[in-house]
Amino acid sequence: MNAVLPKIRFRDPQIEMAHGAGGKASRRLVEDLFAPLLMGTSTEPLGDAAHIDVDGTRIAITADSFVVKPLRFPGGSIGELAVNGTVNDLAVSGARAQALVVTYVLEAGLPSEVLEAEVRAMATAAACASVKIAGGDTKVVEHGKADSMYITTAGIGRPIPGIELSAASVRPGDKVLLSGPIGDHGITILLARGELELEAELCSDTRSVLPLIEAMARVAAPGIRWMRDPTRGGVATSLNELARDCGLGVMLWEDALPVRDTVRGACELLGLDPLHIANEGQFLAIVAPQYAPAALQALHQSPGGSAATIIGEIREEPSGTLLGANAYGGVRAIDMLVGDPLPRIC
Amino acid sequence: MCLAIPAKVVELFPGERSRALVEVTGVRRHIDIGLLEDDPPVPGDWVLVHVGFAMSKISEEQALDQLQMLTMLGESEAALEEVQGYGLGERAET
Amino acid sequence: MKYVDEFRDAGVITKAADEIRRLVDPERHYRFMEVCGGHTHAIYRFGLKDLLPPNIELVHGPGCPVCVLPMGRIDDGLSMARDPNVIFCAFGDMMRVPGAQGSPLQHKARGVDVRIVYSPSDALNLARRNPDKHVMFFAIGFETTAPSTALVLMRAKAEGAPNFSVFSNHVTIIPAIRAILDSPDMRIDAFIGPGHVSTVIGCRPYEWIARNEGRPIVVTGFEPADILQSIVMLLHQMRAREAKVENQYKRVVPWEGNHAALRAMAEVFELRPYFEWRGMGFISQSALRIRESYAQWDAEQRFQTPGVRVTDPKAAQCGEVLKGVLRPAQCKLFGKECTPESPVGALMVSSEGSCAAYYNYEHRKHSPLTTIGAPA
Repeated sequence: MNAVLPKIRFRDPQIEMAHGAGGKASRRLVEDLFAPLLMGTSTEPLGDAAHIDVDGTRIAITADSFVVKPLRFPGGSIGELAVNGTVNDLAVSGARAQALVVTYVLEAGLPSEVLEAEVRAMATAAACASVKIAGGDTKVVEHGKADSMYITTAGIGRPIPGIELSAASVRPGDKVLLSGPIGDHGITILLARGELELEAELCSDTRSVLPLIEAMARVAAPGIRWMRDPTRGGVATSLNELARDCGLGVMLWEDALPVRDTVRGACELLGLDPLHIANEGQFLAIVAPQYAPAALQALHQSPGGSAATIIGEIREEPSGTLLGANAYGGVRAIDMLVGDPLPRIC
Repeated sequence: MCLAIPAKVVELFPGERSRALVEVTGVRRHIDIGLLEDDPPVPGDWVLVHVGFAMSKISEEQALDQLQMLTMLGESEAALEEVQGYGLGERAET
Repeated sequence: MKYVDEFRDAGVITKAADEIRRLVDPERHYRFMEVCGGHTHAIYRFGLKDLLPPNIELVHGPGCPVCVLPMGRIDDGLSMARDPNVIFCAFGDMMRVPGAQGSPLQHKARGVDVRIVYSPSDALNLARRNPDKHVMFFAIGFETTAPSTALVLMRAKAEGAPNFSVFSNHVTIIPAIRAILDSPDMRIDAFIGPGHVSTVIGCRPYEWIARNEGRPIVVTGFEPADILQSIVMLLHQMRAREAKVENQYKRVVPWEGNHAALRAMAEVFELRPYFEWRGMGFISQSALRIRESYAQWDAEQRFQTPGVRVTDPKAAQCGEVLKGVLRPAQCKLFGKECTPESPVGALMVSSEGSCAAYYNYEHRKHSPLTTIGAPA
């Protein structure tokens, strides 16, 4: 069979780090190269996980890869990120993770005790998240070729009853809910790399957000329109994607954003915006206004949900745009990242 | 050229005249205070940090002065309007 | 955050904005230039234009040391890095600036050893930790940053560092302001003056602007309250038909500047007879080069560079935007061929560049009916 494959719009001559940073370059790579060739003519906006029909049963499926350096950092390690990241991708697509499969690409020369520590971390995280690890694969590559280890996970899950998510269902007046403080993970990693000579008491926020989402769904499922976990690229990227996918405007109240003092201090010192920094234990939810108070309260009453807050709302205009307003009436447009967030001196 | 952050000096190092440990809301960094050698800061002082160097000491007095001026903006005008409200005369040229 | 939050306080800012509205003459159109790229960034970042009456126009000046660097200088720096023994390091601001064969980050993707540093000291530390490599620091910045580079060079000399050099692209602010005022298509009423440069050079170097050119200039801080207070001070001067240098940023800027910093600069640097500024041509006595006594640490002496002058594409109007003659959106390439992802000129990729600031923070806000509303 000769399928006619579409012409590709992806024009970048080479792959660069920016293509993996979760911002515009990543988006271009996925939308202009991968999706047209691999996913055909589907016009569905791309989400964290796909819900597919298998003989009448809906199953959620997702895959993710983890290439973090350093492997271990305050608050976690690559093993936990791998489990929680996949559980979270399923959770924000409205599904409860059932099982994961894991592949390891290991660098020759990796000390076995380092590997064992990561496998233990994964086992613990999987038990915490009540998800089964059903199998996997291993490859070993030559020294110098895998930064110690790369982990890929694929996960399947069952839809959480009552949740129907789509960008198309978002309406002006809907509230933007954020589960907790932003920037912890990305700044922790930056500091852990040791290149910037900053020290702070800070740790990654990696965790499964499934319990919080289930708590919210119990009281507000019909009102939850859309969710996302703001990983690489941060809240700004996720909300820009939402604005584009639903064609509406998103207004953030910048003074309502939960940011720890240490994250704020580090961002100020480096010239970074917390809205562009990766998170590994948070989610965004767009909730219909009549359900928003109950949703928020359910989060506040759940372990780990006390810092949840409403950070903005959906507007009719300007279409496809994320705006930020401060307390004294100034407004700025907040764009997606181009590539990795870079510290600046100017 | 322009990104510079106020930070508090928390520690000096006896063997190294140019080094200081500063803190900004819990984030600590070692910086160079060589450009302030004419009037070196002591722990507790606040300095303006740019590319890892202290450029200047921050004057608390001047900061408070300035905030005071800002807070008072419009107050003489408000007082004037109140007086006008009593109908005591034509509005003065400002 | 102390010394930051107080100057972002909504109450204080609202008062300043009200005072500005009270002071403007509704019959007049005001054009104030903020020289410094950091001010441009702050104005957009905090949405300050929304607080100003429509007859105050803020014109963005050329105080962005990345933006004014001609592409050829980036190519020269990157050519030094082609030697596999060389580590090229620079501030994050430089990493995406396009050279003729790509940006530093693009070179990194092709295997060139390119590293981001936060301080010139980091670069010297890198040299100490990598004795078998040569570390070349691509130095940029106005007089705010030059003293730090100078101190690091003095330390390198004192320890006889064998594997460290600096490629100096430091420029000076006064010639840039002079070029603005000399420009025939210019109509600036007053200046929001550089803040952090002034911690080094003080306020005296601006006196000729007031005295000879009759323009008020206020040395200004970078928080919203600072910028608004500065505009209040400019308006007061204009109402009183005065023109003088004032210091709004007193908590940080000493009138006489920082003598230790000036000494360090004088020890290490001298003025180049002339230097090319992107979009503004050759300006005399406007840039710093490393003195002969530090030749061993001067990358321009240690490396052969192509020294090619690379002109911007004809359609790019970087120069006019830099001088404030055109607004970013008026450049023909803005938002089309030239975006932050595929920048043609440095004004689009530098975080201080007017085009990047406008693109990232402003140009999508096109609905004038956008109201803020209150949090639930």
